Amino acid sequence: MALILNEEQQSLKDIAKEFLQKNAPVTHFREIRDTQNELGYDESLWSEMVNLGWSGILIPEDYGGFDFGMVGMGSIFEEMGRTLTPSPLFSTGVLGASLLTLGGDDKQKQNYLPRIVEGSLTTALALEEGNRHSPFSISTKATKAGNDYKISGEKTFVIDGHCSNLIIVAARTEGSDDDASGITLFLVEAEANGIEITKTSMVDSRNSANIKFNDITVSSSNLLGEENNGASILEEVLDRAQIAISAEMLGNASQAFDVTLDYLKERKQFGSVIGTFQALQHRAAEMYSELELTKSSVIAACNAVDENSNDLKRMASLAKYKAGETNHLVTNEAVQMHGGVGVTDEYDVGLYLKRARVTEQIFGNSEYHLDRYATLSEY
Amino acid sequence: MTDLQTFREETRDWLEANCPQEMRKPGDVAWGGRNAQFSHPDQKIWLERMGEKGWTCPTWPSEYGGGGLSKEENKILQEEMGAIGARSPLGSFGIWMLGPALLEFANEEQKKEHLPPIVRGEVWWCQGYSEPGSGSDLASLSTKAVEDGDNYVINGQKIWTSYADKADKIFCLVRTGPQEPKHDGISFLLIDMDQQGVTTRPITLISGKSPFCETFFDDAKAPTKDLVGGLNKGWTVAKRLLEHERTMISAMGLSGGGDGSKKTKSGLAEIGKKYVGIDADQKISDKALRRKVAMHDLNSRAFGLTMQRVGEETKVGAPSPAAAMGKYYGTEHNKLRYELMLEAMGTQGVGWDGEGFSIEELAITRDWLRTKANSIEGGTSEVQLNVISKRVLGLPDK
Repeated sequence: MALILNEEQQSLKDIAKEFLQKNAPVTHFREIRDTQNELGYDESLWSEMVNLGWSGILIPEDYGGFDFGMVGMGSIFEEMGRTLTPSPLFSTGVLGASLLTLGGDDKQKQNYLPRIVEGSLTTALALEEGNRHSPFSISTKATKAGNDYKISGEKTFVIDGHCSNLIIVAARTEGSDDDASGITLFLVEAEANGIEITKTSMVDSRNSANIKFNDITVSSSNLLGEENNGASILEEVLDRAQIAISAEMLGNASQAFDVTLDYLKERKQFGSVIGTFQALQHRAAEMYSELELTKSSVIAACNAVDENSNDLKRMASLAKYKAGETNHLVTNEAVQMHGGVGVTDEYDVGLYLKRARVTEQIFGNSEYHLDRYATLSEY
Repeated sequence: MTDLQTFREETRDWLEANCPQEMRKPGDVAWGGRNAQFSHPDQKIWLERMGEKGWTCPTWPSEYGGGGLSKEENKILQEEMGAIGARSPLGSFGIWMLGPALLEFANEEQKKEHLPPIVRGEVWWCQGYSEPGSGSDLASLSTKAVEDGDNYVINGQKIWTSYADKADKIFCLVRTGPQEPKHDGISFLLIDMDQQGVTTRPITLISGKSPFCETFFDDAKAPTKDLVGGLNKGWTVAKRLLEHERTMISAMGLSGGGDGSKKTKSGLAEIGKKYVGIDADQKISDKALRRKVAMHDLNSRAFGLTMQRVGEETKVGAPSPAAAMGKYYGTEHNKLRYELMLEAMGTQGVGWDGEGFSIEELAITRDWLRTKANSIEGGTSEVQLNVISKRVLGLPDK
């Protein structure tokens, strides 16, 4: 397993960095936020990302994609974490692409995947029902009615839920609330009758929504995978999503750290730059060490996806755990080391702090992944 | 067949014919030296055969007795030795620390004189760096060497000299330029331990024993030709050598051993299960401990992956800046590992000796105490953090 990028991957990362820093720097994020842009991202920027091929990175060539792998996708997410770029790449290029690729039948793949590649379809996963990640705690019900299903229930923290054409819903067709078995995935058009979508305003301005399904009707041809067997697809997709978001968190932490390091070298107090103070130097060195560990964990986890490792689940938890802990530490320290300006909206460090806390919640925080790692390791 | 395939086959055949069966089992490693002691006669045979072939130092040039192997060939040799479980033929600070420094800084005559005996395990070297008054501030060292004809006359005291009571020679930092700024008055000198002016005294650590000694020089002598790297240029040699030492110590965070003890290798989770018990789901019943064990395991993996990445980055380009954190993180991590073992073991983890405690328990306790030195020896964690903040992060001094 290589833990450094090959030439192709490095060039993808360089292109992503250059593109994002030129077209979507933090000022772009601020503009979307401050104008309370209803969509939550810029459509023309998204179509440029699509033109660069990003939405098709995880999609097989048979369906028009590029099958470039998670190491490549991870590099893009790392760079987007640095620039806080708003886009539907996570909900569509990772979640939707993986759900359909891993769970869809050929007809569904033919129907949806090429549209993701060309940018005419955006997707969202409606999974969570509580205030913390618990993938199988599902009480949203789907009951069979002839050739159709009726779905009722409420979903929360649906990323890009208000701006997607296709919503993939995890509903219970059997069993009780916390069972892994008895969960079924459905493809639901966002326009369907009986869907109530409420955009939520998160602290980091990341797009998310609460969605209510009021006895909506879904044809059985819109089942994704087999009935009652949604959990196994979900698990595979969540591993990938956790790894992609970990890469974004690594970028978030790296940028907060770099900005802070620059500040330590220019801010003067007591007649010298504050970076000469050992109390700050040692904390910076500790953060550096944690960032290095996180970087290794993230790239190893991306590799585990591409190599179909049988240890993928644990690697996903490793990446999300390290990314969560490190991002938490670094963003807190970044604000503290900036002093007064660190708590102003004008300086960027506060944006990274807010983004860190929301990404921590996405598909399991560090405590969740500690517990999962221990369970998978049989202790 | 490619050259490397041929090399692999020849190596496999040679090892098959020359590695004694006894040396294909786990066990202690010989340290050689003038008064070499071997725990088994085969250890001597194995050392002699490997030494003759230069394979105790596979990548050193053959003109100095080394194996003259390329990196690729050495990898094959290590793989083939691993495949039959062959023990390392020789442990030596000469191989790990002094040799690489001599190859880089010594003159031709010095290389010819000192490298071949290291390869053959004929000289046991120890390191004379720290002094009672010069620990983290190593460059303030005061052991003096004054030129007197063909010799230097050495006076002063070194401390933490590992195996000084067993070693034949010492590579030593001495002050030769008392008027110069502190870093510019230090030389790197090779001194024979077997002489009137050198005495040693073992140091007992909190773990009850240790390889460390104090070493005293009272008008000890060393030939001027044994000064390596130029007069007052010793700090450059010293720094490079410390890098080798830190690499050696940071590897301990990976192996999980206090001082490499094989007795305490069982996983943290197993120790947790054994001493605090399991619940109905087979999980460690103390939730708080289980959480800490998982945290430690995750960090072990992240650290192992980072050291692997550093290796890969170094192979394709310049030395990776992340190497600087290896010693700091590895030793701190290893200390934490032993703290967790003790936490799990309760009173069984704080026995000193005698009845009521198993051999393994006592070994863990002693190793726990020994790990406290890991983050002090070879540069304290605080010194390592200084190195990272200045050399890697570029934070200013003033």
